[in-house]
Amino acid sequence: MSENLITPENLVYKKTKSMTDRILHYCPGCGHGTAHRMLAEAIDELGIQGETIGVAPVGCSVLAYYYFDVDMQEAAHGRAPAVATGIKRVFPEKYVFTYQGDGDLAAIGTAETIHACNRGENILVVFINNGIYGMTGGQMAPTTLEGMKSSTSPRGRDVKTMGSPLKITEMIAQLPGTYFVTRQAVHTPANVRKTKRALKKALEYQKLNKGTCFVEIVANCPSGWKMTPVQSNKWMEENMFPFYPLGDIKVPEK
Amino acid sequence: MKELRLMKGNEALAEAAIRAGADAYFGYPITPQSEIIEYLMAENPEERTGMVVLQAESEVAAINMVYGAAGCGKRAITSSSSPGISLKQEGLSYIAGAELPCVVVNVVRAGPGLGTIQPSQSDYFQAVKGGGHGDYKMIVLAPATVQESVDYVKLAFELAFKYRNPIMILSDGIIGQMMEKVELFEQQPRLTEEFEWATVGKKPNKDSVIVTSLQLQSEEQEKVNLRLQAKYREIEKNEVLYESYKCEDAEYLFTAFGSCARITRKAMEMAREKGIKVGLLRPQTLYPFPVDAYRNLAGQLKGILTVEMNAGQMVEDVRLAVNGQTKVEHFGRFGGMIPSPEEILNALEQKIIGG
Repeated sequence: MSENLITPENLVYKKTKSMTDRILHYCPGCGHGTAHRMLAEAIDELGIQGETIGVAPVGCSVLAYYYFDVDMQEAAHGRAPAVATGIKRVFPEKYVFTYQGDGDLAAIGTAETIHACNRGENILVVFINNGIYGMTGGQMAPTTLEGMKSSTSPRGRDVKTMGSPLKITEMIAQLPGTYFVTRQAVHTPANVRKTKRALKKALEYQKLNKGTCFVEIVANCPSGWKMTPVQSNKWMEENMFPFYPLGDIKVPEK
Repeated sequence: MKELRLMKGNEALAEAAIRAGADAYFGYPITPQSEIIEYLMAENPEERTGMVVLQAESEVAAINMVYGAAGCGKRAITSSSSPGISLKQEGLSYIAGAELPCVVVNVVRAGPGLGTIQPSQSDYFQAVKGGGHGDYKMIVLAPATVQESVDYVKLAFELAFKYRNPIMILSDGIIGQMMEKVELFEQQPRLTEEFEWATVGKKPNKDSVIVTSLQLQSEEQEKVNLRLQAKYREIEKNEVLYESYKCEDAEYLFTAFGSCARITRKAMEMAREKGIKVGLLRPQTLYPFPVDAYRNLAGQLKGILTVEMNAGQMVEDVRLAVNGQTKVEHFGRFGGMIPSPEEILNALEQKIIGG
C-alpha cells in the first residue's frame, strides 16, 4: 500500500534543493532557518539555482553559505551590498542577493546599503531585523527598540544618549532606486507564506532591471532577548510590530 | 598595434587598464589620482571592450566591489591615494584571505593624516608589510616612469591570476601627474575563462563555490595560513624584479625606488664625475624584495645609502638583506618634498663616505 502512496499527485513535501543538508547552527526557535528556507524555496520554484549568487554578511548568518546550495561570497561586515554590486555589474544576467542582519545592514554598512539602493542595483537585499546583535552576544543594534535591554544597554535603550531605533527600510523606500520594499515576518504559517511570496516576487523583479528589491523580515532572537521561543514571538508581536509594522512599503506602479 | 603617445601618468595607467582587458574598475576620487577614473569615464570602455566603470560611494565600497567582481573570476582594478588606500585595507585583507586576484593602484601622497597632495613614498611599510590585519602579502610593483605604470598594469593582472592574490602598483604623485612618451601595448582580450574557484552560478552535480576568508576552526585557519605562506615563498622565488646601474665596480651603493630612483640616478652620475665609484640598485618589486641582489653586492661595498621620500622605511629591508655586512644609512625628504641630486650626493659624502 505504501508504494502506491509515493506518486507525484500525492506529493505534499520535498526537500528544498537550494539548501544543503548541513545542520543549522542557529539557536532553537530563531527565525533565520525559516527565512533561509523561504528564500531557497523561492529560488527552487523559479528554477534559478544555477544562476543565483548570494552574499553572506557578518553576524549570525555569517555561515549562510553553508546552508544555501548556491554559489556564494562572504563579505566583510556591512559590505555585502558593495560586494553584490561588484558581482551584479560583471554578471548582470545573474540573480544576486544579500542576506544581512540589522547590525550589518543598518549600522556598519549603512552607507553601502543606502548607496546600493540609491544606484538602483538590480539585487535582492534580505534584511533580518531582530533588534539585537545576536552573534556577538546580545549587544544593542541600530534597530533596538527604545527602552529595550541589551548587554550594551543594560538599563534599556535611552534614546537621549543612544539614539532612536533606525527605520532604515522606510528610509530606503524613499529612494528612486528601490523598486519593491516590503516588511514581513516568519513566526506563523501565514506570515511564512507571505514572506516566500515577497521573496519570489523580488527575485522575479530582478529580471526587469527596475531597481533594488528589499525584503525586511522582522525576526525573534530568543537567546539575545533572553526568552523562550514562544515568549519571544509574543514579545515580537507586542513590541516589534507596532514600531516595525508588517506589509508592503513600496510596490511597483501598475 | 603598439602605439606611441605623450600621456600623463594617471591617464596612461587608465588606458593600460582598458588595454589589459580589465573587466571592471571601481573607484572614488582623490588627488593626485582622480584622472584615472575621469579618463575611464570619458573613454567609456563599456563601449570599447565591455569593461565596467563605476564611481563608488567610498574607497571602502570600491574595494568591496572589487572583491565581488574578483570573486566572479573577473579582472577587477581600483585606484586611490594614501588616505583612500588606508580605507581599503579592510578589503585588501579579505581579498588576500579569500585568495582573489585584483589590482590596486596607490598614487602616493604625503601623510600622515590628510597630509598633503604632493608626492611621497611614505606608504612603503603599509604596502609591503601587509597594511590590513592578519599575515598576508601583496606583490608590490614600483614604477619609475609612465611607461612602467602602463606595463605594470598588464603584469599586475598576470601575477594576480597566477597567484590569486592582490597586486599593488605603488606609484606616486610625480609619476601620476607628469607627462612622458609612452608606448601602449595592444588591446588584450577580456577573460572568457570560467574559473572553478569563482562564483559563476552552481553547476549541476558539483558543489557550490564559496568565496570566503572565514575558517572558524583554528586547525583549518592555520592550514589556510600555511597555504598562503607557501604561496608567498613561491612569489619570493619567482617574481623579484630590480634594475642595477654601474654596480660592477661599485664601492658604494645608492638604492631607491620609483620616482626617487630617477633623481638618485642623476646623483650617481654626478658622483661618478667626481670619481666616486657608486652604483644604483632600483627594486621594481618592493615585495618580493630583491634580498639576494643586495646580499651579493654587500661584500664589495663600503656602504649603502637608501634614498626615499619618507622618513626611512625601505632602509629597514635593506639592512635586513645585508645583515650587517656593510653600513646602511638613509636619506629622505618627506611631507611632499622631493630631494635634489645635489643633496643626495651630499648625503652620500656625509653619511657614508665621511661617516
